Amino acid sequence: MFDFVQMLVSGIASGSAYALMGLAMVIIYKTSKIPNFAQGEMALAPSFFAYMLIDSYHLPFYIACILTFGFSVFLGCMIEIIVLRKAQKSNVLGMIIITIGLEMILLGFVSWKFGAEPKSMPFPISPYDSIPMKDLIKGTDLIIGTLELFTFTIALILMIIIFLFFKFTKFGIAMKATQQNQVIARAMGINTRRIQMMTWAISSFVGCIAGLLVSSITLHPYMMWDPMLKGFSAAVLGGMASLPGSIIGAYIIGILESLFGGYISIEFKSVVSLMIIVVVLCIKPSGLFARHYIKKV
Amino acid sequence: MSAIIELKDVVTFYDLIIALRSISISIEQGSITAILGNNGAGKSTILKTIMGLISRQPSKGDINFLGGKIAGIPTEQIVRLGISYVPEGREVFSELTVKENLLMGAYTRKDKKGVKKDFPWIYNYFPILKEKENQWAGTLSGGQQQMLAIGRALISRPKLLLLDEPSLGLSPLLVKEIFNIIKAINKEGVTIVLMEQNAKMALTISDYAYILENGRVGIKGPSVELLEKKEVRELYLGIYSGSSRNRYQNIKKK
Ligand SMILES: Nc1ncnc2c1ncn2[C@@H]1O[C@H](COP(=O)(O)OP(=O)(O)O)[C@@H](O)[C@H]1O
Ligand SMILES: [Mg+2]
Repeated sequence: MFDFVQMLVSGIASGSAYALMGLAMVIIYKTSKIPNFAQGEMALAPSFFAYMLIDSYHLPFYIACILTFGFSVFLGCMIEIIVLRKAQKSNVLGMIIITIGLEMILLGFVSWKFGAEPKSMPFPISPYDSIPMKDLIKGTDLIIGTLELFTFTIALILMIIIFLFFKFTKFGIAMKATQQNQVIARAMGINTRRIQMMTWAISSFVGCIAGLLVSSITLHPYMMWDPMLKGFSAAVLGGMASLPGSIIGAYIIGILESLFGGYISIEFKSVVSLMIIVVVLCIKPSGLFARHYIKKV
Repeated sequence: MSAIIELKDVVTFYDLIIALRSISISIEQGSITAILGNNGAGKSTILKTIMGLISRQPSKGDINFLGGKIAGIPTEQIVRLGISYVPEGREVFSELTVKENLLMGAYTRKDKKGVKKDFPWIYNYFPILKEKENQWAGTLSGGQQQMLAIGRALISRPKLLLLDEPSLGLSPLLVKEIFNIIKAINKEGVTIVLMEQNAKMALTISDYAYILENGRVGIKGPSVELLEKKEVRELYLGIYSGSSRNRYQNIKKK
């Protein structure tokens, strides 16, 4: 029982990072109709940016974080303006190749600037801090990692903000309208180009938070590869176009992989997410939570 | 008597395909103008050209709205000048609620309070929308979606309302209801341009009409006069009189 709950907790923590990566990808996919394979590296670059501010410029952690948020928004806007807006004439496949190219460029740049050896982010919470919970369930003491709790809390807050943004703000609703019908959104007076750019900015910001959370455990150029892949898996699991779907998908993957690692094989832990995808796509090709409305004539 | 919008020798292409061949149209302030034509005549293209929805078009000609040139300026700005558009086939945002759809219609308005006050005004025209306020627009029937599309265009408080075949696919009873509402909206001072294949209905409620053929203006004139014109009656209203009726009956007998 103790083991099980402990594994559940760590599954939820890693699921949180996957959920943010998945959300970031879905937000872009819904507006631009492309899976953004540069998402991982768009989270990597800000993490190293924060590291640089702290390590070389000796800025306090929280200030560095705030500057990093700004940097991630700027990065998202720049990528949209410089690369994707120009490439809008090319087809989906071309756009996918462009995002893969971007990924390589960002990865190459980070590796060249900082080297491939792992660094350690001066994160205020270390992976070894924990909150003991005595008698949580009758007779069992549970140890919850502070970092795990922190990761989950931050992810939850961010998800709630995203939900409120899309539900209640005019700009958020306009973003959904643009995703559904760009031409008609323009006819409503919505500046769809700005919406497109903001989509990339928001997504980049969400990814940046995921990157910073991951960097608390491990900081090296390939650190986002695994969370990106899992986030993408979660998004596909959720039907690629559903925000709640990708969140649920991410927690399913996080928890299953943690249980699999605990009970069966730690080596094959990472394969679980891909196995889930294959199985789900065989049974329900549109993903678990895809919604389709048939247009009435 | 002055024109609210004027198209002068407008030419529009879809890539290499020409869709409008030198169209000149003038819409009287406060009027209902019907633009009739069969499928493919260019009705939708005229509206899309006015709204600036076809990139780099019109390739020739001028469009003047309230005296200012609007050809070539971005759609967002055209909307802000006071033109509203109800596209062919409704095109509501199907995964937004009815209320959110209306909110998007009011996107360009800065007066939050005014917008709030205008919701009852729209619901007064279309009570069913009030009932379905929190439902996704995709779940509405075709007629309800048409009402939503009109409400969404109206809530921006336009000076000019462009309607693309609002009767398409609706039952005769619903068409009548919608046309009555269009008339009522016009009575409130909104100038209306109505694209229609349903010539009879459109000519009955409009003041002036143009008939498009193959991207050109064919017949034009006050609607009451067109209703009496023999070629209009035969070709667009399906009413045959005198010798033509006999001819039709002869064909039938054979
Ligand atoms: N997106 C498009 N690409 C190419 N040709 C088009 C497009 N839309 C319309 N057309 C052509 O332009 C002409 C006018 O079409 P349209 O304005 O839709 O006519 P209507 O609305 O009167 O039925 C038609 O010949 C049609 O085939
Ligand atoms: Mg049409």
